[in-house]
Amino acid sequence: MRTLADVAAGRPWTESPPWRVTASRPESRDTVTLELEPPEPFSFQPGQFNMLRVPGIGEVPISISGDPSAAGAVLHTIRDVGAVTHALCESRPGHQIGVRGPYGTSWPVQAAEGGDVVIVAGGIGLPPLRPAIYHVLAHRESFGRLVLLYGARTPSDLLFTSELGTWRSRFDLTVEVTVDTAGRDWHGNVGVVPDLIGRAAFDPGKSVAFTVGPEIMMRFAVRALLAAGVPEDRVFLSMERDMQCAAALCGHCQLGPFLVCRDGPVFCYRPLARWLGVREL
Amino acid sequence: MPQTLEHVLRGHEFFAGLDPEYFALIAGCARNVVFGDGTFLFREGDPAQTFYLVREGAVGLEITAPGRVLTVQTIGAGEMVGFSWLMGPHRWQFDGRAVGRVHAIEMDGACLRAKCDADPRLGYDLMQRFANLATRRLQATRLQILDVYGHAHTG
Amino acid sequence: MSVLGRSELDRLLDAIRRRGFRLIGPVLEDGAICYGDISSAADLPAGWTDEQDAATYRLRRRDDQALFGYNVGPQSWKKYLFPATARLGAPAGPDGSERFAFIGVRACELRAIAIQDRVFTGGRHADPGYAANREGAFIVAVNCGQAASTCFCTSMSAGPRAERGFDLALTELLDAGGHRFLIEAGTPRGAEVLAEAGASPAPTGDVTAADAIIERTTAAMGRSMPELDLRDLLYDNLEHPRWDDVAERCLACGNCTMVCPTCFCFSVEEVTDLAGTDAEQQRSWDSCFTLDHSYLHGGPVRTSSKSRYRQWMTHKLATWHDQFGTSGCVGCGRCITWCPVGIDITEEVAAIAADA
Repeated sequence: MRTLADVAAGRPWTESPPWRVTASRPESRDTVTLELEPPEPFSFQPGQFNMLRVPGIGEVPISISGDPSAAGAVLHTIRDVGAVTHALCESRPGHQIGVRGPYGTSWPVQAAEGGDVVIVAGGIGLPPLRPAIYHVLAHRESFGRLVLLYGARTPSDLLFTSELGTWRSRFDLTVEVTVDTAGRDWHGNVGVVPDLIGRAAFDPGKSVAFTVGPEIMMRFAVRALLAAGVPEDRVFLSMERDMQCAAALCGHCQLGPFLVCRDGPVFCYRPLARWLGVREL
Repeated sequence: MPQTLEHVLRGHEFFAGLDPEYFALIAGCARNVVFGDGTFLFREGDPAQTFYLVREGAVGLEITAPGRVLTVQTIGAGEMVGFSWLMGPHRWQFDGRAVGRVHAIEMDGACLRAKCDADPRLGYDLMQRFANLATRRLQATRLQILDVYGHAHTG
Repeated sequence: MSVLGRSELDRLLDAIRRRGFRLIGPVLEDGAICYGDISSAADLPAGWTDEQDAATYRLRRRDDQALFGYNVGPQSWKKYLFPATARLGAPAGPDGSERFAFIGVRACELRAIAIQDRVFTGGRHADPGYAANREGAFIVAVNCGQAASTCFCTSMSAGPRAERGFDLALTELLDAGGHRFLIEAGTPRGAEVLAEAGASPAPTGDVTAADAIIERTTAAMGRSMPELDLRDLLYDNLEHPRWDDVAERCLACGNCTMVCPTCFCFSVEEVTDLAGTDAEQQRSWDSCFTLDHSYLHGGPVRTSSKSRYRQWMTHKLATWHDQFGTSGCVGCGRCITWCPVGIDITEEVAAIAADA
């Protein structure tokens, strides 16, 4: 039977049908979550991304940040860093955005069943992890502990703060938040995200860890996870490179032997390790 | 007459105040090294079993991300670089690159640890030495991240 | 095996054209042998040959009227299958109905086409533009009668004999027996066209003569790629000092990526009309030698020309295996010929291997 992924693969990669913006919600001073209504049924795996196109301006890969089991509008969280993302952040309900996808590999949530799940997110790294969190919460009895360690530069850069508060108040999920620097109004933790790993309670021998953030932060987080005893093949990262086609055709997203749009963006740390240390790869 | 390793160690600031009778002992774990400008003394992720006493030149501690090479600190003449040999997983946490031609003494960590195991008094002195330096570096790093020239303290 | 005289060659070309194909073949242009539209054998560069070496390309007159007495020039068939600029998704030709017949495709080029077939149509997402251009293309291959000093197809197992992927394969014979072509049919439609052109069964002597020519060409390769596992060699030597050495010579001009028949990187841009109401996406050739190619977060990942040369060479010879299952290099030597400073990919590999 053809899956929706097959259908997506079957439609030419060169077409991005228009989806309507149904909501736009600012998350922080430079980040917005857009809700886009697909013209036909759409499904995705946690960790995957769509290519969003603003005709006349350009097209960019954006992580899908919503609940994979929810029908209806699909959530995309976008940080304003250039012309296309700026146009996306400026979009309002009723606008049309060209969308194609989903693309890429996903968080191995099935393989994680039966053990603890440790999620380490830095800055704009939380949106591509949120679908995995939703998945674990929706199938809570299949997993052990769920730990979310999240950090940003300053308190005003934290995303999904009200949802973090809701999660925090649950008893079946641990949430620790930190910022690199803060003023007097912040009464929470100050320090780097990787340092939260050593203090978190989870069984490293029976855990899977997912981490996304700036590359340096991910490298330090991976170091801390390995030092805590999580095996190399149970640590997963989401990598980023320039993507123009997302279809393994244009050659831009190469990372050594890997094509990030096809072999990633979610990678197991072990096969990736030797390539992460190479300068200007 | 060329200086002996022992002589050089006696004169290096890092070992200032060390009981004089120990220099002959630790010289057995030392060797002279020279690095050309821009060459790497060590690379992030490589096994770390040594530390360096810089005599001339400077060592830049660097970390890379796509499109950027960041220097987090430079360690100059009279200073010491290398803490990773002291504790697991014994891997360098940063790249160390010579800024200008670098003359240094390379100390063999395993050799030194063995001598400390045999003589705890030496071990205690070295631990204090490293702890003091680490504390000073930590204060400096804290000051660095406060970004005092920028827009810190945003709440 | 069949044989067709030089004066009958046009019957073959006509038979192909009658089937609705646009004939493309080697033509003299701007002091080089390039690819362009042809209508008959008279349009081919008869009596010309090329002299190639690192950073060197010259045309020279032959003392015979051979039609294919040269090797490959600065262009490759990607000029038509994967044009330098195109509207995204659209095939070549005004209404997308163009069907190409490529006349004079060398063995290295057959391999290059197969490599690009894998990139553009062999993965999960095929490229509709390439697929449309490639669909049903009629291929008349030619077995090389000479090797340039920059050729090394044998050490890449990509020639000089055309093995597969053609409708017809010609070997040009020009000797006491006259000027004629030994022709092998590779497909039923190739055989049909051959019959229509009135080719006759080839005498054994012609088959032997053709084999001898191909053997002579095989032995005459100007260069060779060291016989090593290039993937392992390059993966283990990403920080080899030779990269600094080549970086001092490389201009990052990107010529190699333009002339290489397998290079496929492209960029996608929005193109709007003056009114700003209509926008379409255009794709154009890109090169990993540009700073833009690895752009991320306000800057390129590969800033130094050293890292960009390393990217190109390790992609071509090593990471291509992991990405697409084969080498990306066919040994055509174009990158050596057209590099303005004469960087030789086989020499760079040998230098790294020498003290890996």
